[in-house]
Amino acid sequence: MHESSAPFIYNLTILLPVLPFLAFVLIVLWANRSKQLSARLAMGGIGLSWLIGWAIAFTAFGAQDIAENPFRMVRDWLPVGRAWQAFGFMIDPLSALMLLMVPFVCFLIFVYSYGYMGVGKPAGAHDQRGAPAEPGHVDPLASRFFAYIALFATGMIGLVLADNLILLLVFWEIMGLCSYLLIGFWFARKYDDPKKITPKEAGLKAFLTTRIGDTLMLAGMLLLFAQVGSLSFSEIFKPATLEHLATTTTNIILIGPVPWATLIAILIFCGAIGKSAQFPLHVWLPDAMEGPTPVSALIHAATMVSAGVYLVIRTFPLMAAVEHGAALQFIAFIGSFTALFAATIALAQNDIKKVLAYSTISQLGFMFAALGIGAYVAATFHLLTHAFFKALLFLGSGSVIHGMEHGHHEGHGHGDTVTGGQGDVPHHAAPDHHVTVSPGHSFDPQDMRNMGGLFRRMPRTAWTFIIGGLALAGFPLVTAGFWSKDEILADAWAHNQLVFAGLAVAALLTAFYTARQIVMTFFGAPRTAAAEHASEHDSIFQWMTIPLMALAVFAIAFGWFGIPTTFPVLGQLSSNPFHHLIGGLAEALHLEAKELPFSAVPLLTSVVVALGGLFLGWLVYRGVAQIGQRGEDALQLRDPLARPLGRVYPVLQNKYYFDEFYSKVFVKGVQRLANWLFRFDDVWVIDPVVDGVGKVWRRISDWGQAFDERIVDGIVNGIGALTAAVASAARVIQTGRAQNYLLVGLVAVSVLLGVFLVAPK
Amino acid sequence: MVPLTWYLILAAALFCIGLFGVLARKNAVAVLMGVELMLNAVNINLLAFWRYTALGQLVGQAFAVFVITVAAAEAAVGVALFIAIYRQRDTVNVEELDDMKG
Amino acid sequence: MEEQIFFVLLGLLTLAAALLVVTTRNLLHSALWLIVAFFGIAGIFILLHAEFLAVVQVLIYVGAISTLIIFAIMLTRRIMDQQQPRFNSQWGVVGGFAALLFVGLAAVVTPVVWPVATGALPADAIQQLGADFVGVYAVPFEVASVLLVTAMIGAIIIARERE
Repeated sequence: MHESSAPFIYNLTILLPVLPFLAFVLIVLWANRSKQLSARLAMGGIGLSWLIGWAIAFTAFGAQDIAENPFRMVRDWLPVGRAWQAFGFMIDPLSALMLLMVPFVCFLIFVYSYGYMGVGKPAGAHDQRGAPAEPGHVDPLASRFFAYIALFATGMIGLVLADNLILLLVFWEIMGLCSYLLIGFWFARKYDDPKKITPKEAGLKAFLTTRIGDTLMLAGMLLLFAQVGSLSFSEIFKPATLEHLATTTTNIILIGPVPWATLIAILIFCGAIGKSAQFPLHVWLPDAMEGPTPVSALIHAATMVSAGVYLVIRTFPLMAAVEHGAALQFIAFIGSFTALFAATIALAQNDIKKVLAYSTISQLGFMFAALGIGAYVAATFHLLTHAFFKALLFLGSGSVIHGMEHGHHEGHGHGDTVTGGQGDVPHHAAPDHHVTVSPGHSFDPQDMRNMGGLFRRMPRTAWTFIIGGLALAGFPLVTAGFWSKDEILADAWAHNQLVFAGLAVAALLTAFYTARQIVMTFFGAPRTAAAEHASEHDSIFQWMTIPLMALAVFAIAFGWFGIPTTFPVLGQLSSNPFHHLIGGLAEALHLEAKELPFSAVPLLTSVVVALGGLFLGWLVYRGVAQIGQRGEDALQLRDPLARPLGRVYPVLQNKYYFDEFYSKVFVKGVQRLANWLFRFDDVWVIDPVVDGVGKVWRRISDWGQAFDERIVDGIVNGIGALTAAVASAARVIQTGRAQNYLLVGLVAVSVLLGVFLVAPK
Repeated sequence: MVPLTWYLILAAALFCIGLFGVLARKNAVAVLMGVELMLNAVNINLLAFWRYTALGQLVGQAFAVFVITVAAAEAAVGVALFIAIYRQRDTVNVEELDDMKG
Repeated sequence: MEEQIFFVLLGLLTLAAALLVVTTRNLLHSALWLIVAFFGIAGIFILLHAEFLAVVQVLIYVGAISTLIIFAIMLTRRIMDQQQPRFNSQWGVVGGFAALLFVGLAAVVTPVVWPVATGALPADAIQQLGADFVGVYAVPFEVASVLLVTAMIGAIIIARERE
């Protein structure tokens, strides 16, 4: 391979974010009247990005020195002082790997959305803009949906390709915007229960919470720029630069001297805390489930939330700059704490999507914990495998929910209204666009207590979901999740046994609640009429189940790329290409990333925890599964865990009351301040002062007017009057009689003559 | 021999009388008569000076002839004006001709 | 000696007539006194060895201009003009200043020692005058004729009846 000329395909990198963006622009400006066309444009754009992305990724995988000499496409863009900051895209092992996953998963989800949004179905007569459509109808705002997810895809693809923190931030914010727009996609939806958060509120909550993280991250970036003078990755990660940042310190009050590297690293990590929903900024992710399920899969499982992890992986040399530094310890602590914390909450959730949401938070915690202990390769591995199986699980849940709605529709006709999940059926669409809930029996198709026995009725969904669930739980050998989780546990065992313990417990809980979810949803007998009539027969399910199957393949097979060579038996068959690739990058960055020698403890722990957790879950919940038809009583079902956990159970179910705490402490306080400021401005001080000044000035101008009228005009008129008076007086001379005039001449001559005569000579 | 001065005084007196007539009489024709007197006074003056200083030439007489010519022309036009005014305004009182009164 | 007596007589006659011209109430009488004054002046001219001019004076002034004036009086006669005041409002002031002017003029003229030329009148004065009119004074002569024509036309136009 020639050193000087890079493969031509790399030049197409610029197309990768541009194609979906082009789709976005075309839909917004032109295509949005036709839902089919919009959907196809979006799918076309992302599809092309996927294919080109894979071409570039595989070319990069084959390149020998892609780690040391990443491909760069940059351009001087931002003038700063006397120099230019160059922005552009970069292909290195990490970005190539992300290119393998991101456009592909996006494409699958776009295809899924075609079915989920009901594109191709007729429009419903009662369907309201900004509310979900009735089953069998297309969503009224489907074009908008595709525009938004196309823009989002631009953001994520751009993020993984960026070679500069500023450019990364740009795409980071684009994704934040799309997240807000998409969570609140069904903006007209309102609920009777005031405690239940509406999509509009949820979008705002997501935006504001991540903003806190973003602000701290921006502060970190500014400090970094101040110290280094550039935010380009190639500049920041030079060994000399890192050395400088690690050794120079700054004084922080009450804490003392802190190395710049630590301070900046922690601030940037705060951005990841927000974006990846780690404790304490985790509160927005469960409520983000108000958005349509493809959104949950795309943004809140596979891509956006993992952007936080990606950021930390990217800036890992900075995080690790200080030997045994506080930054990595902090990351490890937050990660492992969150992993455990979120897993406990997931145990007590009844909404199928909420369980998955907390599961996502927990798994992201795993990744951060891994990074915190220095397991660079393991964390990256888990990031990728998690993207596949979590997306699979969410899409599966969406399929389940649609199936439940169809079942409800058939079972009850138009009798009942459906709330809470997808498919509000407003019978009285009020003219003020207020989606009202008719009194009567309200049915939540997302509540797992209403499900049961769906295995026979929705087989494809069931199989793929179960595969995803097993991957999440870490079922040994055949699932990708096992390999990545095992590697994290192995690294934890080798470096930090406290973290190991915490992650092991979290893994046990993960397997437990996964089994709980699968059993309650698919096994046993249906507990409601809706579950009984649920089916996959509608044409939309064609669009939805194919991506499920594709993802299921990856959820199984992807793990095999990362089988450690030291693994018993299977290790000899594997060359561990994953480790080779990412490990190469780590070495180029002077990070420690060698394959660990085999240790039985983590492997055994991994297997026991996974299988044990699954078994326990099945054991505890199979009673629930067999309860059978409950009809309206389904929601009265008592969870088998409620009694043993006693008072702890409601705490878990209410998410440790974090939302209430934040609301009381922060939100209400800010509202009170805003109110006080309003009164200061409009009522007490500012407005009265302004009005007062206005009144004074008014009086001055009145005086001025009087002055002008009386004095100035008086003078002017007076002069006129004076002239007229003088003229009147002088007019007397003009008698009009020639004799008078001549007399004057006579008199003058006489006088002159007299003067001549009399004057002395 | 009559001294020149006597002629000049006569002319002066005649002139002033004519001046009085011009400025003090109401009737327009009376004013015209005053003007004729003044012109005659001028003629006397001219001829007196000619007789006593430039007898060899005839300049004095020629000048006086011209003065008479002009007087005649002026009288003719003046009378025509009086007649026209009389027709228009039914008056020849110069005091009533004050259209230029300011 | 005789010359002086004649001068005094003629002078007084002329001045008296002139005074009467400007003070007589009856306008026609005024005109007649004017004729007398003209005759007196003609006499003065003869004393001044300007015989031709004396004749011209009588011919034109008495013959034409006075006639014209009398026509004017008759054509603009008012019915009761005997009772109308002769003088206008400023006659007192005028009289005073006219007298003053006379005094002033006299005062100017009297002290001067006038040079006396001793020459003789040319024998053929009239012929000489005639020759001068078409010779030396040709231009003034022509201009004077134009003036007369203009005056004549002007007078006709001004005084014609407008219908």
